[in-house]
Amino acid sequence: MLRYTLLRVLGAIPTLLLVIILAFLMVHAAPGGPFDDERVLPADVEANIARAYNLDEPLPKQLLRYLGGLVQGDLGPSYRYRDHTVSELIGAAFPLSLKLGAMAMALAIVVGVSAGTVAALKQGTYVDRLVMAFSMTGISIPVFVVAPILVLFLAVKLQWLPAGWSSSAGISRMMLPVITLALPQIAYIARLTRASMIDVLGRDFIRTARAQGLGTMTVVRLHALKPAMLPVLSYMGPAIAAILTGSVVVEEIFGIPGLGQFFVRGALNRDYTLVLGIVVFYAALIVFLNLVVDVLYGAIDPRVRYR
Amino acid sequence: MKSTRLLLLLAALSVVAVCSCSGDAPDTGVVLQRGIPSDPESLDQHKARSTQAAEVLRDIGEGLVAHSPTGELVPAAAERWNISADGRTYTFYLREEARWSNGDKVKAGHFVFGLRRLVAPATGAFYANMLEAVVNAPEIVAGELPADALGVEALDDWTLVLELARPTPYLLSLLTHPSTFPLHPAMVAEYGDRFARPGKLLSNGAYVLDARVPGSLIALRRNEHYWNNADTALDGINYHVIVQDTAELNRYRAGELHITSTVPPDNFVGLQAQFGSELRVAPYLGVYYYGYNLRRPPFKGNVELREALSMAVDREQLANKILGRGEIAALSWVPPGVASYEPTVFSFASLAKHERETLARRLYKEAGYSDAKPLKIELRYNTSDTNKKIAVAVQSMWRDVLGVETTLINEEFQVLLSNMRDAEITQVFRSSWVGDYNDAHTFLSVLQAGSAANMPRYANDEYESLMERAANQVDPERRKLYLEEAERVMLADHPVIPLYFYVSKHLVSPEVRGWGDNVLDYHYSQHLSLSAAE
Repeated sequence: MLRYTLLRVLGAIPTLLLVIILAFLMVHAAPGGPFDDERVLPADVEANIARAYNLDEPLPKQLLRYLGGLVQGDLGPSYRYRDHTVSELIGAAFPLSLKLGAMAMALAIVVGVSAGTVAALKQGTYVDRLVMAFSMTGISIPVFVVAPILVLFLAVKLQWLPAGWSSSAGISRMMLPVITLALPQIAYIARLTRASMIDVLGRDFIRTARAQGLGTMTVVRLHALKPAMLPVLSYMGPAIAAILTGSVVVEEIFGIPGLGQFFVRGALNRDYTLVLGIVVFYAALIVFLNLVVDVLYGAIDPRVRYR
Repeated sequence: MKSTRLLLLLAALSVVAVCSCSGDAPDTGVVLQRGIPSDPESLDQHKARSTQAAEVLRDIGEGLVAHSPTGELVPAAAERWNISADGRTYTFYLREEARWSNGDKVKAGHFVFGLRRLVAPATGAFYANMLEAVVNAPEIVAGELPADALGVEALDDWTLVLELARPTPYLLSLLTHPSTFPLHPAMVAEYGDRFARPGKLLSNGAYVLDARVPGSLIALRRNEHYWNNADTALDGINYHVIVQDTAELNRYRAGELHITSTVPPDNFVGLQAQFGSELRVAPYLGVYYYGYNLRRPPFKGNVELREALSMAVDREQLANKILGRGEIAALSWVPPGVASYEPTVFSFASLAKHERETLARRLYKEAGYSDAKPLKIELRYNTSDTNKKIAVAVQSMWRDVLGVETTLINEEFQVLLSNMRDAEITQVFRSSWVGDYNDAHTFLSVLQAGSAANMPRYANDEYESLMERAANQVDPERRKLYLEEAERVMLADHPVIPLYFYVSKHLVSPEVRGWGDNVLDYHYSQHLSLSAAE
């Protein structure tokens, strides 16, 4: 088991290294640099700054310096947020993005599955049509349109929720971003659940359960829900990806200082270390999660270990 | 099997999940909520660069000189000063009651320490050339002399002397800039370059850094040791980083902000109707311009063509119809409102629209172009709605008046900057310049041959010699004449097409007291207070 885990960890290193080198070359290939501005600096001043931030060195040397720092767990200082290291920025931003994503995912599953189930049970009625109309709109309207509309109604007109990220507003500040991020997923999950539930409800074993005299709720809860969930479960992978990419937009709109926002700003500002740091972090996270899953698989299913 | 794998993945994700504990802003006392369009890159005054950073730094630090709410220079850390007859020696007498946020006295030596760190090459300060008029400053920046050779001296704890290489009438304005603020040597000794953090940063201004959430919030609280603490009304300032102007407007509407950094460009009339006197629009020291690449054809050595294109642009229409937010049509390079200066305007400024257009067509022909052989040029701008609107309007003006075929190219900001600096493929490009201090020099020096910001690569010996004579002139009246003449010479060469002068735009809640409009758009929080709206 230990040997298997170690082998997997070692196997991840070349992958990560390749990702880092590619990302390093790509950010440096983009025109301009982190300190370019309309207010161009005098040559002497510019040279001093380049030296102070080690940008005067040839690229291979910069790459080696970066890798050297990385080995010691140092992602370097941010060029744009000069009072912070990249590790500090990621440390502050990731929990927020994770919380946002996890809450959106939870909301999407609970609301989506419930709505889909209700629609399936009331198939053909106005309830069904309402849910389906809602989910069609949810899928078709992009996040950057939904967000301002929600803000306009819930925050500006009704003043129920804060309009944006404001550090003293507690949990309520998460509400609008979470709803915005969850909406398309709610819509998709509701459609999936409805279709699959209708299919399951027509099966023989459901008829048997009904014949035994069980009520509708009990039939759904005990017999129909589990098989009907299978397509929804398969959709979790794409959904996580959609929420990760969607959070970049949502964080930008609501001004949430999460990873997505730093990634976008970092790219636009040519903040080499910040962009690289986030790429490395995401790559390491994905590799790590896959590793964890594989190791758990190994623990559950001994056949994997000997393959 | 697949779904089990995903469940395990989800489980692993939730194990990684930890509670987010971001520093929450204190809301004790009277706290002003201000919008700021980007996170200041640093609160180390020498690593800072943006106007946003300077805004926060002016709240936490204090220089020798500061501004009143309406923009006049007023004594700050220095109580008074003497200027020698030749304009080359400035003696500042500091306030003995001035204190750092830990209670230490603010001494002349702390200014010397700060200014030496500013010019020292190892610091890599962005405004290292701010005090290039001070004796030996350029040599120190170039690495030819050590930092302690700087012409700054503390005669005693309360007397500071600055020796200049040449008279610089705007020196006092420069000394309001945060890069020239004092630094506590003990703080730098203890924390090195990483002192700009809550709990570490010692400041001598009305406020002290309390909390910071990167990309989101800067919270300041009252500096109890500040010499003028009794006159400071607000107990705290929260600067909320809000990048999108519409998001900022929404938060103002929802009552979460007292002051916005700007307003969205669209529907300005609607905003005026809705907010009335809450909407504050004032002239601002900034010019939006198109530059010509003077190193390459067709504009190299073709002043007729440059003048024709400049003349064919109806700036009134751009300012009033396309923008319509109080912007001023630019017929000069230096904006109106600059202290002790009367901007020179283009020679065609007095002509009526149809006369300009007739003249423009004649010059266009003289430059060798016609309907049969139209000029084909590329106009580059960085991607933004406003830039696009302006470019489309100018494109159609050039086509209608002269028959020029303009290709619009929008580029990401960094790409445009890089192209402008190379001056290889650019022909006409959008840029802007915002004054660092209230003097014509901050605009006119941009187009000097040695200036790195001289994007058109303009060079004219007469212009250089006039600028040089102005630089060595002590008499303000004669200096003014040299600068105005320099602008006239430069405008006649048409290296740029100034299009309009910026305005500052804020929404200011009726609760805010003490707000003053000024051309620099500086609004020190210490001048403001909050009271219930009537």
